[in-house]
Amino acid sequence: MSAPAPAAARPLAVADVARVGVLRRYGVWLAAAGALIVLPWIVRTGAAVPIMNQMGIAIVFALSFNMLLGQGGMLSFGHAVYFGLGGFIAAHALNLAGRGGLYLPVPLLPIVGGLGGLAFAALFGTFSTSRAGTVFSMVSLAVAELMAASSLIFDRFFGGEEGITTNRAKAPLLLGLEFTRDRQVYYLIAFWVFVAAVAMYAFSRTPVGRMANAVRDNPERAEFVGYSQRRVRYISFCAAGLFAGVAGGLFALNYEILTAENMGLNASGAVLLMTYIGGIGAFVGPVFGAIIFTFLQSMLSDYTGMWLLYVGILFLATVLWAPVGLAGIMMLHAPAWRAGRIGRLVAPYAVVGALGLVAAAGIIGLLEMIHVVIAADTPSGLKRMFWTTVNVRAVTSWLVFLALAAAGAAGLRWAGPRAATALGEANRPGASR
Amino acid sequence: MTPALELASVYKAFGNTSIIRGVNLTIEPGTRQALIGPNGAGKSTLFNLITGKYPVNSGTIRLKGEDVTGLTPYDINRRGLSRSFQVTNIFPRMTVFENIRCGVLWALGYRYSFWHRADAAHDATARTEQVLEQLNLTARRAMPAGVLSYAEQRALEIGITIAGGADVILLDEPTAGMSHSETEHVVQLIREVTQGKTLLMVEHDMSVVFNLADRIAVLVYGEVIAHDTPERIRADARVQEAYLGVPQGVA
Repeated sequence: MSAPAPAAARPLAVADVARVGVLRRYGVWLAAAGALIVLPWIVRTGAAVPIMNQMGIAIVFALSFNMLLGQGGMLSFGHAVYFGLGGFIAAHALNLAGRGGLYLPVPLLPIVGGLGGLAFAALFGTFSTSRAGTVFSMVSLAVAELMAASSLIFDRFFGGEEGITTNRAKAPLLLGLEFTRDRQVYYLIAFWVFVAAVAMYAFSRTPVGRMANAVRDNPERAEFVGYSQRRVRYISFCAAGLFAGVAGGLFALNYEILTAENMGLNASGAVLLMTYIGGIGAFVGPVFGAIIFTFLQSMLSDYTGMWLLYVGILFLATVLWAPVGLAGIMMLHAPAWRAGRIGRLVAPYAVVGALGLVAAAGIIGLLEMIHVVIAADTPSGLKRMFWTTVNVRAVTSWLVFLALAAAGAAGLRWAGPRAATALGEANRPGASR
Repeated sequence: MTPALELASVYKAFGNTSIIRGVNLTIEPGTRQALIGPNGAGKSTLFNLITGKYPVNSGTIRLKGEDVTGLTPYDINRRGLSRSFQVTNIFPRMTVFENIRCGVLWALGYRYSFWHRADAAHDATARTEQVLEQLNLTARRAMPAGVLSYAEQRALEIGITIAGGADVILLDEPTAGMSHSETEHVVQLIREVTQGKTLLMVEHDMSVVFNLADRIAVLVYGEVIAHDTPERIRADARVQEAYLGVPQGVA
């Protein structure tokens, strides 16, 4: 425990931070809204807007997943069930609206998706949330399998292998708004991303949202202060299902098609990966994760057929070496930042970064060469990578990449702890500025 | 007057082992009482039965006249009984402030609300601040509870227990593992926060027991063998035998 003197000095500092925090909190939201508005005018390459739409949907989905994992301590392997069901219900509702059977303008579609996700979360949550921990995870997996089986049985609803298609152009207009161009759809999605993010943040600050943290930390004690751990988990689960359904509704209006894959185990796995890579301990973590994941998905897949393997390696590295995720790593630097000592970290981090690039180049080279050998679709044995041509049949190619990987890894073992020490030094309270 | 707590023929066995063997105990409201007894006598088990953590095999437990036998811990807590734990049982990743506030929210009627902002619940904030002040933990309010010192965590444990304003308080070894001066501080704290309430506490430190308790119940092998004022308990031959193996004070 720290000595009495710094402890006595603390409350003042804390109070100041809290006061600034109010301004800063709304500042972050305003900045986010501003970024959402100007982004399509800044990033103007052809594929940018569709990718940003995809990112927005992923952000809502990942934030809803973190209501379970980060805030409630519930590791779900089947969260895409609520995304998918919300999406299917939204797609059917849009088709019904297109036939004139329902007045449903396109902008309100995410609400339908949300209500669909909420309804099924309210149903499946009754037994899913009776226990926490491993039992919860297993039940979530069972529900995902159940829905996968159902998608084959109820093919009128799920559309079999082709899925359900819909057409947003046929729905009635609200305020004369049409959604025929990418940018129009972008602003609709951006609006809902912002609303959903604010609502999810607000939920985490309500009494039941705070008790979700308490139940995560210590379910027994929560019961002895008047709260049923099961009821608290159930409410979080319903809220998470609601927002997963909103994301599914956004998916339906953006892509105008849903298939059973959208609620399958791969989709559930993807949201787990992105949320964890972004960091489950901070509200903003899943936002980072969703952006990185979608970026890798759309960019890397142009360069390599193994993009998912690289995402898997990134996930593995996060679990092993940075379980706090990207947002957690950033938060670790807050004390050094406030003390104005962040500059001292530039040099050690540059060394780590350079060595990391060397190691990554080696590993990527080896993996790509293995891919060429196994896929055997390159008879010449020549593969273009790293701005040069690599001959897979030459031993030197293998030796070079092996050497790079080994040198990078060895270097990281040396530089990594030094960078960690430098961070500890920079974060130490009371040291000279 | 309706007793604060009333146990009638409470019986509990784990498998073939009887732990609580027909306990009858009446705790009058507004008193501070201690439950003592040798290790393994069943003191913590009795606490777990009263607070609903374990179901009883037979017998009834009444809280302020109301039968609470078989109710869940949260139902019993909502009826005005709150407990602390022998092993520190806090919310380690939440701040000290939030730990206390968790103990306040239900009692102030926020229940499972998702339509209030917790930070804007001024009554909850005010009550939390007041408890932090009593615990002398105001300076630690923004720290994660898991990084507090042991004595501070024990104080926080008591704080969470009393924060909701329950009128029947059960404390399980509140001074366990504390130094002499820390113990003195906790005794003072307990005296302060249980003012006008009913207190039942398990305690091994006899100076604490005789300092705080109006009455003492002695539990030996799952039975209450004596329940009386400190002076009479001190003089009771059966109690001495249970504690020391031989009758004393005859000479």
